[in-house]
Amino acid sequence: MQGPDLSVAAFLLLSALTLGGGGGVIFSGNIVYSALSLMVSFFGVAGLYVMLEADFVAGVQVLVYVGGVLVLTLFAVMLTHRIEDIKVSNRGVGKLPGLAAALAMFAGLIAALEVAPWKLPAEGVAHESFASTQSIGNALLGRYVLPFEVASIVLLSVLVGAVVLSRKEVAEPRVRDDA
Amino acid sequence: MPEALGLQHFLLVGAALFCMGLYCVLTRRNAIGILMGVELVLNAANVNYIAFSRYGVGGVDGQVFSIFVIMLAAAEAAIGLAIVLGIYRRSGSIDVSQMTSLRG
Repeated sequence: MQGPDLSVAAFLLLSALTLGGGGGVIFSGNIVYSALSLMVSFFGVAGLYVMLEADFVAGVQVLVYVGGVLVLTLFAVMLTHRIEDIKVSNRGVGKLPGLAAALAMFAGLIAALEVAPWKLPAEGVAHESFASTQSIGNALLGRYVLPFEVASIVLLSVLVGAVVLSRKEVAEPRVRDDA
Repeated sequence: MPEALGLQHFLLVGAALFCMGLYCVLTRRNAIGILMGVELVLNAANVNYIAFSRYGVGGVDGQVFSIFVIMLAAAEAAIGLAIVLGIYRRSGSIDVSQMTSLRG
């Protein structure tokens, strides 16, 4: 059979992209390389979303993460480093305890993954696909309309907050005492 | 025809990505590197949401939640990087081990 083999191959490729990008983020000594590896990882995750039939979320992932968050990160890197010390900008400390903690966490997650009673559809029930964009739109303006509106307020306050935090200090205006 | 890929495979990728993000947050000294680790962790959570949306019984809810997570990640990145810029302007360094002015 052609179908399963192809999807397994695609899954392995996309997982390798995702985890390889993650490895580049955590092991590269140069923070610009870390940011570019993060981009590879984001694209891998977007591919996994497509495999999971979430094409709208995959589009959002590419637009927001690759187009927004990553560019912002690169801007911050460029603004906070002198050119000559970018190469040594990404030192890590406590690698052994960090590795131990991460591996312990991974082992715990694997153990939980084995024993957890996931609520899955009954055996034999075929998976039905749905139009991802249309159902998300209906859910966002129906059941989730309150979080949706709160999200818009959050984004507005983030916009204002980021401007206030990153603006240049201005000189104190002189107090006029003629009134 | 049994499906070749199951929920477990995607959860495994999510768990590995989460632990990479955790390692990054724990070991980096550069504040921007730590924020990158947080992005990895949020992506891992999103992979799990979407995997459950596909293989579980929740329907589209997982995808809606992942969109909220993406929105909050963008907000976190904007505010976090603005704070990092402010710290850099004030102290000339974004090494978190040197940010000790609040130490008691």
